[in-house]
Amino acid sequence: MAHHIDIQHTAKLARLKLTEQEAVKYEAQLAKVLDYMETLEGHDLSGVELTAHAMPIYDVWREDVSVEGLDRAEALANAPRKTAGQFLISRVVE
Amino acid sequence: MSLAAQSIASLRKQLLSKEITPTDIVKDVLTSIEKQDPALKAYLSIDAERALADAASADISKPLGGIPIGIKDNINVKGAPCTCASKFLAENYTSPYNATCVNQLHAAGALTLGRLNMDEFAMGSSTENSAFFASRNPWDTERVPGGSSGGSASAVGGDIAIAALGSDTGGSIRQPSAFCGCVGLKPTYGRVSRYGLVAFASSLDQIGPITKTVEDAALVLNHLCGKDGRDSTSLDATVPDFTAGLGQDIKGLRFGLPKEYLVDGVDARIRSAVEAAITHIQGLGGIVEEISLPHTDVGIATYYVIAPAEASTNLSRFDGVRYGHRAENTADVLDHYLTTRAEGFGPEVKRRILLGTYVLSSGYYDAYYVKAQKARTLIRKDFDEAFKKVDIVLSPTTPELPFKLGAHSDDPLSIYLADLFTIPANLAGLPGISVPCGFVEDGGTSLPVGLQMVGRALDEVTLLRAAHAYEQSTSWHLKKPR
Repeated sequence: MAHHIDIQHTAKLARLKLTEQEAVKYEAQLAKVLDYMETLEGHDLSGVELTAHAMPIYDVWREDVSVEGLDRAEALANAPRKTAGQFLISRVVE
Repeated sequence: MSLAAQSIASLRKQLLSKEITPTDIVKDVLTSIEKQDPALKAYLSIDAERALADAASADISKPLGGIPIGIKDNINVKGAPCTCASKFLAENYTSPYNATCVNQLHAAGALTLGRLNMDEFAMGSSTENSAFFASRNPWDTERVPGGSSGGSASAVGGDIAIAALGSDTGGSIRQPSAFCGCVGLKPTYGRVSRYGLVAFASSLDQIGPITKTVEDAALVLNHLCGKDGRDSTSLDATVPDFTAGLGQDIKGLRFGLPKEYLVDGVDARIRSAVEAAITHIQGLGGIVEEISLPHTDVGIATYYVIAPAEASTNLSRFDGVRYGHRAENTADVLDHYLTTRAEGFGPEVKRRILLGTYVLSSGYYDAYYVKAQKARTLIRKDFDEAFKKVDIVLSPTTPELPFKLGAHSDDPLSIYLADLFTIPANLAGLPGISVPCGFVEDGGTSLPVGLQMVGRALDEVTLLRAAHAYEQSTSWHLKKPR
């Protein structure tokens, strides 16, 4: 079965702007990959438990003690834009 | 033999007997890089001044004292770049902290030297997805070194690094090691803290060594492991001396050969090299038997749902606010995200983010993501069953020889399919190692072949013992390019 993927919708969910050429190319490539995913239908998966990760460890806690982290200058050092000791972001309210 | 071409074990002996100093080693590595890296293109950046300063103050009484180790460019070293071979982090990013494994290496006396090329955000099998340039295979510079840790393997195999760190999500340590004639070890999931490794697929990623010998892999692994409060998936398990089994024989050790791995599409020359290795292991007293891993056929589909799903989530942190690229002159906050990410990510990363977003999106989550998580359970149980009968699972590391640059471009599925033998160990969280097991003449050049061994969870000692016994009874690891 040939899969159709609404590439522009998916791209918006992923916060990626695609050119028209990119959209056409990725749509075709991903349809082929999704066709291949049909192999997952080859085994009976009903009643099988899910594996989220390989090792059985859950509810990991650390001691409730404060530890040194990055100071403000270090945390801001890689910011593309900053002002007054804070990250500068785009306007979200008019 | 130049110092850069020698093993950690050999250099450590010479350091302790005062024949050489850490500065001699670092200078020799830097000279080798100067000569060979223009052809190999393994390194993205080198801080020679810092490496020489670290060498001058190195404490050789420590277990890895004075040994320089190259670092894949997705592992943070304080004060160094960490580009992940992406335009997103190419400018204006300097690591503000050390990865836990880097702290451990430093504590053991090792120093870090150079940032090694990779596929962008570790997505790929050739380094051709690096935003900067493709690295080359030391055995034939018209061919790829594999990936995603291709720079690490090229540098170690090409003798312009003593040893290197890589990361392995679906084979990214083992496959390039096979392609470049190195030893590559992916530890058990959770053995090594992932803190400071830029996340690709968090339930699969694992840091490990790429080295010239099995002994060196054990020596480096000794200083990477342990519970870390900064990675909740790191295991609170006893860390043994990983060199403990080296030198022991493998009489009576049981090896399994999965019948499902004898598929069409494996290069006949690789198959015959691996068959010769199996005969050789039998000659050493290993017991080899056929086993079954009945869900092998869903491994690739399972991986290429789960890994992109996790990647799409992990890479959402690249928002152009706290670090990395930021688009100029955007209309509003949505346009800021859309344009920043469109400009910063390369094609394969975009493909995987799109695929991952799609399989997690409403209406498709059950059809893909839930099914893949169920299939993952079946793959894990296959290995549980296999390890009731055998101690080690054997296979080729890769179905194909190192390919020419550009051979797989524009057909992502064809390159995904080549991960057949390496992916299952990541899905099941098991340790795996690739060791050189022969050479194949192809187009006038001699190309290395890798034998993969996969062991029980947390039993790297047996895995290293088996790999070492095989390696030491052959001469493949002694062969050098050119």
